[in-house]
Amino acid sequence: MSVYTSLATRIRKNLPVALATIIEGPHTGACMIVRPHDDKETPFAVEGSLGHPELDRVVARDAVGELEAGRTGVRHYGPEGQSTPEDLVDTATVKVFIESFSPPPRMWIFGAVDFTAALARVAKVLGYHVTVCDAREIFATRRRFPMADDVIVTWPAPMFTEHGSLLGPRDAVCILTHDPKFDVPAIIGALNTSVGYIGVMGSRKTHAKRLERLAEGGVTDTADLERLMSPIGLDLGSRTPEETAISICAEIIARRTGRVAQSLRSTNGPIH
Amino acid sequence: MRDILDELDRWKDSGKRVALARVVDIEGSGPREAGAAMAVNEDGEVVGSVSGGCVEGAVVSEALAILSGEAASRVVTFGYSDDEAFAVGLTCGGIIHLFIQPLDW
Repeated sequence: MSVYTSLATRIRKNLPVALATIIEGPHTGACMIVRPHDDKETPFAVEGSLGHPELDRVVARDAVGELEAGRTGVRHYGPEGQSTPEDLVDTATVKVFIESFSPPPRMWIFGAVDFTAALARVAKVLGYHVTVCDAREIFATRRRFPMADDVIVTWPAPMFTEHGSLLGPRDAVCILTHDPKFDVPAIIGALNTSVGYIGVMGSRKTHAKRLERLAEGGVTDTADLERLMSPIGLDLGSRTPEETAISICAEIIARRTGRVAQSLRSTNGPIH
Repeated sequence: MRDILDELDRWKDSGKRVALARVVDIEGSGPREAGAAMAVNEDGEVVGSVSGGCVEGAVVSEALAILSGEAASRVVTFGYSDDEAFAVGLTCGGIIHLFIQPLDW
């Protein structure tokens, strides 16, 4: 199987893979793909070669790290894999472009309501793998959420127990239920993961009441409560489900980039 | 590259020769991130993009030169402030470095 076919197959299956290409130096254009393994003894497998076994090994090792961090960029080596500044002094430089293909980030939406359909649509535009979860069979149907990747009928607690370890800093949990018997366990479940964004829908009054219920459920740690974005979304004055979905997704982006969301014309720093 | 895979597969199946251009580095403000990709086939058909539309035309000529054997795989740079840069500027004022290579199916 060619490097291209192998790469395309893994990208399509949402399996992590890195493509390393020599963009300057001997063997310009040579490329290699790196597939990470969970195995500590052999943490990766490669296909293709950059022209020297030691260079292949060092680049593959670095590619695994880049992949974990979701980073794409250029790194410099010697032709035989030298990577420390001292080793690179008197050698030719090989520039290697390492491109990471990480699986898409996940968004779990709790509550099968109208806002859910709009949020699922906007999240798909942003490239999320979207899962809708609700315990009510008549609401959580594929027909109502054809845009979602998965529609799961279950309660939040088992959802987090079974699949919570899938969530990481790039992922989002949005709790749109408004129903304490659903949203309290969903919040507790989300707080037990390393998910990057937890948004909970509800008015300021609902939020205050929810905090009381969370305290009854044992959630009192300030660091935990700080993680909750509630009321959910940026202050755009959104009214419709679609506008609200944009305000939620805009908040997720702003939290990731660490920006205070304002109009660019009111600020004067770099745009990207 | 994820976004252009379907078209690449179609070109592969019809036996086209293809050059791939990817953003490898950006200095200053750039419209697309490292990894943004576009591909050009031997008939001059294009899929994907590497900027906000500022440099795609120049990339097509460069890609066709590589496919015809007039140029080798290499890094090309577009931007205002680089003397070596192509005549095409980016409206955002940044500099982008692209690597263009023939795609080896």
